[in-house]
Amino acid sequence: MTEPVIKPVTESATDQTPFKAIPPCAGLLPLSIGALDLTEQPHAQMTLLIPWEGQETALSKALEKAHGVALPGVGQSTQSHATRALWFGHNQVLLTGPAPDPALADLAAVTDLSDAYACLRLEGAGADRVLARLTPLDLRDVSFRQGAVARTEIAHMAGALIREGEAAFGLMVYRSMAATLVHEVSDAMQSVTARAALGGE
Amino acid sequence: MRLSKGGLIERAKPLTFTFDGHRYQGYAGDTLASALLANGQRVMGRSFKYHRPRGPLTAGPEEPNALVTLGHGPTQEPNLRATTLELFDGLAARSQNRWPSLDFDLLAANDLLAPFLGAGFYYKTFMWPRAFWEKLYEPAIRRAAGLGALSGQANETRYEKAFAHCDLLIIGAGPAGLMAALEAGRAGADVILADEDALMGGRLNSETLSIDDTPAHAWAAHTVAELASMPNVRLMPRTTITGAYDHGTYSAVERVSMHLAAPNDAPREAFWRINAERAILATGALERPIAFANNDRPGIMLASALRSYVNRYAVVPGRAVAIFGNNDDAHRTAADLLDKGVHIAALIDSRPDATCTLPVRFIPGAQVAHATGRKSLEAITIATQSGTDRLQCDVLAVSGGWNPTLHLTSHMGARPRWDAKTAAFLPAPDAIPGLIPAGAVTGRFSTHAALEAGLTAARDALSVLGLKHAQTDLPTAEDAPYAITPLWAVPASGMGKGRAWLDFANDVTVKDVKLASSEGYKSVEHMKRYTTQGMAPDQGKNSNIGALAILADATGRSIPETGTTTYRAPYAPTTLAAMGAGGQGKGFAPERLTTSHAATLKAGAPTVEAGLWHRPSYFPRPGETHWRQSCDREVAMVRSHVGITDVSTLGKIDIKGRDTGAFLDFVYTNMFSTLKPGRVRYGLMLREDGHVLDDGTTACLAPGHYVMTTTTAAAGPVMRHLEFVAQALRPDLDVALTSVTEQWAQFAIAGPRSTDLLNTLLDDAVTDEGFPFMACGPVAIKGTPARLFRISFSGERAYELAVPARYGAALFDLLKARAEAMQGGAYGMEALNVLRIEKGLLTHAELHGRTTAFDLGMQGMMSKKKDFIGKTASERPGLMAPDRERLIGLRPTGAVKQLLAGAHLFDRDAEATRMNDQGYITSACFSPTLGHAIALGFLVRGPDRIGEEIRMVDHLRGVETTCEVVAPQFFDPDGGRARD
Repeated sequence: MTEPVIKPVTESATDQTPFKAIPPCAGLLPLSIGALDLTEQPHAQMTLLIPWEGQETALSKALEKAHGVALPGVGQSTQSHATRALWFGHNQVLLTGPAPDPALADLAAVTDLSDAYACLRLEGAGADRVLARLTPLDLRDVSFRQGAVARTEIAHMAGALIREGEAAFGLMVYRSMAATLVHEVSDAMQSVTARAALGGE
Repeated sequence: MRLSKGGLIERAKPLTFTFDGHRYQGYAGDTLASALLANGQRVMGRSFKYHRPRGPLTAGPEEPNALVTLGHGPTQEPNLRATTLELFDGLAARSQNRWPSLDFDLLAANDLLAPFLGAGFYYKTFMWPRAFWEKLYEPAIRRAAGLGALSGQANETRYEKAFAHCDLLIIGAGPAGLMAALEAGRAGADVILADEDALMGGRLNSETLSIDDTPAHAWAAHTVAELASMPNVRLMPRTTITGAYDHGTYSAVERVSMHLAAPNDAPREAFWRINAERAILATGALERPIAFANNDRPGIMLASALRSYVNRYAVVPGRAVAIFGNNDDAHRTAADLLDKGVHIAALIDSRPDATCTLPVRFIPGAQVAHATGRKSLEAITIATQSGTDRLQCDVLAVSGGWNPTLHLTSHMGARPRWDAKTAAFLPAPDAIPGLIPAGAVTGRFSTHAALEAGLTAARDALSVLGLKHAQTDLPTAEDAPYAITPLWAVPASGMGKGRAWLDFANDVTVKDVKLASSEGYKSVEHMKRYTTQGMAPDQGKNSNIGALAILADATGRSIPETGTTTYRAPYAPTTLAAMGAGGQGKGFAPERLTTSHAATLKAGAPTVEAGLWHRPSYFPRPGETHWRQSCDREVAMVRSHVGITDVSTLGKIDIKGRDTGAFLDFVYTNMFSTLKPGRVRYGLMLREDGHVLDDGTTACLAPGHYVMTTTTAAAGPVMRHLEFVAQALRPDLDVALTSVTEQWAQFAIAGPRSTDLLNTLLDDAVTDEGFPFMACGPVAIKGTPARLFRISFSGERAYELAVPARYGAALFDLLKARAEAMQGGAYGMEALNVLRIEKGLLTHAELHGRTTAFDLGMQGMMSKKKDFIGKTASERPGLMAPDRERLIGLRPTGAVKQLLAGAHLFDRDAEATRMNDQGYITSACFSPTLGHAIALGFLVRGPDRIGEEIRMVDHLRGVETTCEVVAPQFFDPDGGRARD
C-alpha cells in the first residue's frame, strides 16, 4: 500500500522532468514588515500516518528506528534533525522530512501529503501578536511551548500551528488557500508593526 | 474657563481643533468636552426629538448629550461622546441633529409641539391611513428626530479583531482595579488590566483625595508605572469590556488610534475576545441625576462630572455654581470648588437633617424645582418648606447618588439585587462564573473600601490560580460613610411649568413614564419600549434607575418589585466596523485557488465561485463577445474533438485498511466490496434519513486502497460523514480516511480524441483494451508518477489525470497546448454544466437534500443484498410513492423557447397557483448539440408522463412557456460514446 515516492523539489533530479514544480506560495513570499518575516518553508516530504488498530506502540518504535522520532503526544511533536513527527489530529501523525520507510505501511495507513499544504514560517518580535489576530488559540509560552502543535482556525481557515521557537511559528493551511493566508498574515503583520510604532499593545 | 494651574492636562502641549468649523485651543490630556467648556462653548448637541440645546451632563462614557460626528464621507463616524473623545491636533468635530446650525435650529419648533409628542405619540397619531406609515410618516419622523448619520459609503478604514488570554482580567483601573493588579502582578499572575479611559486611575484622577499621604492621582500614576514595568502585566487603556460570556470569555473594544492625528497603518479600533481564568469587576459606579423641571439646561451637570472638569481638566464651566444633592458628594464638590476659588451660589441638600461646615450658603431640606435659561442655565428655583426662592447661577452640579456599574454581571442572565441602604442595585452573587466584583460596584464607595476590596479580590483569585500572595500593603485612604436619602424626581407640585427629564438622549420625561403606567405599560420592559427610555446611545446609563423608581411610584410597587430591564452586551456603543473587523473585501471568506488559476486568468477566463473555490466560467476566444458563444464552442469542441478542464476541486478521499470494502458497502447504496483493483464504480450515498447525500465515483487502486471522489460542494460534508461513520457507527472496522483533495491536481480530458491527446504525454501509451471505460491505474508522464481514471462527466470518451499538485500548473499548460493543437482547448464550468445536462448527469442542483434515490430514478442502485446507511429510512411510506416529484427532462414546445431553473411546472391548462404546483426545474441550459433549450427537473409522477405537454411558469422573471416531458438523458442515452 506504499505510494510512489515523490522526490522533493529541492533535489536537482526533479529538474529533469518537463514539469516545473511550483511551491504553494510561489510569487507571494518572502515578506518582511517591521521586525517580522514571513517565509515559505522548504518543500519537505510530508506523509500522513494513521496507525492501524492496536499498532500505535509498534509504529512508534518503527518510526524511532527508521527516522529517529517517536510518536508525539496529543498537541506535541517530536524532532530529530530535519525530521519531525507532528501530532495532526485524532489518531493522525504527519511525518515531515524524509520519505517514509516502506515498512511503516504494515503498521499504519501511509499517505503522501507533500503537496497538500502550504507551509509558512512567521518569525520575529511580535509573531505571537500577529497570530493573536488570526487564531483564538492561547499561544502564551506557558500554554504553547516549543514543539507544540495545534489543528486550529487560522483566519477562518482550518490549519495547523507549530511553535518552532520563542518568536517563530509554523503555519499550515491547504495549498489552495495559500494566497488568502499570506494576505491575512501580512495584514496582521502591518497592524502589529503599526501598533509597535505607537508604543502600544 | 481654564484655571491658571492644576489639572492633569499637559499645558506644554497646546492643541488646535475645530467644532462646527470654529477654531479653538486645548491641551493634550483634554477631552473634546473639557476643551470646549474651557473655551466657553457649553451647547454641544441638540436633543433627539425636541431639538433642545444640550451641554455635557457627564465627563465620561455614559454621556447622553454631547454627541458629535468626526470625519467626512466613508470615514464619517457619528454619535461619538465629546466627553471621552481625546483631543488631538487638527481634530474636527461637528454637532448633530440640528438645522441649519447648532446655535439656531429650526427644528427646535418641535419643542413647542411637546404636548402632542409625548410617549407613544407615533402609535396614536400616525395610525391612518395605514399605507402612509411606511411612505410618509416614518421617513418624515426619521428626518426630524435622530442623532448622527453614517455616510452610506463603504469604509476602508482599518479595524482589527484579536484574541488575548490571561490568568486574571481586571476590568477597570480605579483604586480597586489598580490595587488588584498590583497584588496579582507582584504575585506573578498573567494579568490584563483594561480601562476605558486613556489615563488609568478612574475617579482618583478626578478627586482631591490622598492615598498614603500622596495625591491620589499621583499614587495612580506611580502604580500604573510599576505595573507597566512588569512583563506579566498587560495594560489595556482605552479598552472597554463590552460583554461577559461563557467560560471566562469577555469581549472588549479598544480605541487604538482614534486619538491620533496620524494613525498611519494602525487600526482605528480593535475588537478583542479575552479569555481569562479569573476576572475582577472593578468598574466603579456612575452618578445619577435628579429630575426637576428643565433639568437638561446646558450648565446643569452631575456633581462628579463638575469635579472631573475642575480637578482633572482645570476647567470651570461657569462663574456662579450651585450644588444640589441628596448625599455627601454634594459637599465634596463644594469643598473642591472652594479650594479652587470658585464662587458657590448655594449648596442645596434635600436631606433635612444634613449639616455643613463649609463656608457656603447651605440650604438643607430643600430641592431645586425648576431651571431657567435656554442655551445656558441662568437661574434656578429652590423649593423649601417655607416657599420658593430664585437663585442666579450658570452652573448647577447635581448628585442623586451612585449606581454601581454592574452591567456585565447581568450578561449571563443574573438580575441585580436592590440594596436599600445605598439606594442602589448591586451585583447578584456569583452572577458570572469566575468574576469577582470589587469596590464601588458592590456599593462600597470609599477609597479605603475600594483599595481593600481590590486587594482581597486579587488574593481570592490568586488562591484559585494556585499562586502565592504578594503581601502588598494596603495603603491608607479616606473611608467616609455613604449617607443618602433617595430622591429620584422633585415632586411635580413644586416644579411649576416645564418638563423633568429622565432620559436626556431620547427625550423621555417623568411625565412620559407616568403616562406609560397610566396607559397600562406597567412592566419595566413595556415602559421602556413605549417611552424609548434607555434605548439611546447611552443605553439608559443615566436614566434606567430613575425611570424605574418613578414607574415603581406610579404603579404603587417597590423598586425591587419593579426590577430593572435586562442589561445586554455590548455594555457600551460598539461600531459594527470593529465587530466585523477583517471581514471586508478579501477578508470575507478564504479563496481556494486551483493550480491552474493563474493560467485561467491569463487566458482571460472569468471565474465563478463554487463553495470557496474559484473556477473558470469559460475561456473566451478572440471575436467572442458573449459567454454563450464561448460556451457553445467549448461544448462542440468536447463533443467533436477534445477539451480539458480542471476538476481538482472535487473532493478526493483516500481510504485504506483491511475493512475498506465492508466500510464502503456500509456507506454506499450499491456494492463496492466486489470492485477489483484497477476499476472505478459510480456510487450513491444516503443520509440516515434515506435521502441522497452525494454521488461520485470510487476507484480501487490496490487491494484495501480506494480513492473516493465527491462533488465539489459535498467534499467537506462527505469527509465529515465518513469520519462519523468510522468513529461512531462502525468502530469495529479498521479503516483510515485521509483527505487528499489538495494533494492532487486533477484534470478532465474529454472528447473523441482524448486518448490521442493522452498518448502524446504518457510514458507508456494506453489502449482501450488495457484501459477500458471505468478503469484506473498508475501512469507516468516523463517519469512523474500520476493517476489515470477513465471516467466521464460529459458523456464523451474521457479521462481524469491526476498529478501531485506541485506539477498542476505545468500539466495544465501542457494539456491546454496539446488540446489546442487538436482543434480543442480548455473549457469552463458553463460548458461542463451543459455537457452534463445533455447527459442527464446530476449535481447538487438535483441532489438538493430533499430527493431520494427513487426520485432520481436510481432505486436500482439500492442493493438488496446488504444493509447500508439510509436503507431502512428510505423504505418509509411515501419515500417511494409513485406520485412523488421525480426526475425528468424537458424541452420547450411553445413560442417561448426558454427554460429557466427555478421555474415551476403546472398541468397545461391549470392556473399557475401554488395549489396546482406539479414540480420545478433544477437545471436548464441551451444545448448547442441539440439546437434547443433543455432542462432537468422534478415532476409529480414524472417518468409516467413522458410525452405529455405541460406548462412552465417562472413567476419571478415573468417567463412562461409550454414544454414536453422527456427522459432526462437528452444525448447518447445508451452511453456508447463514453464506453466504446
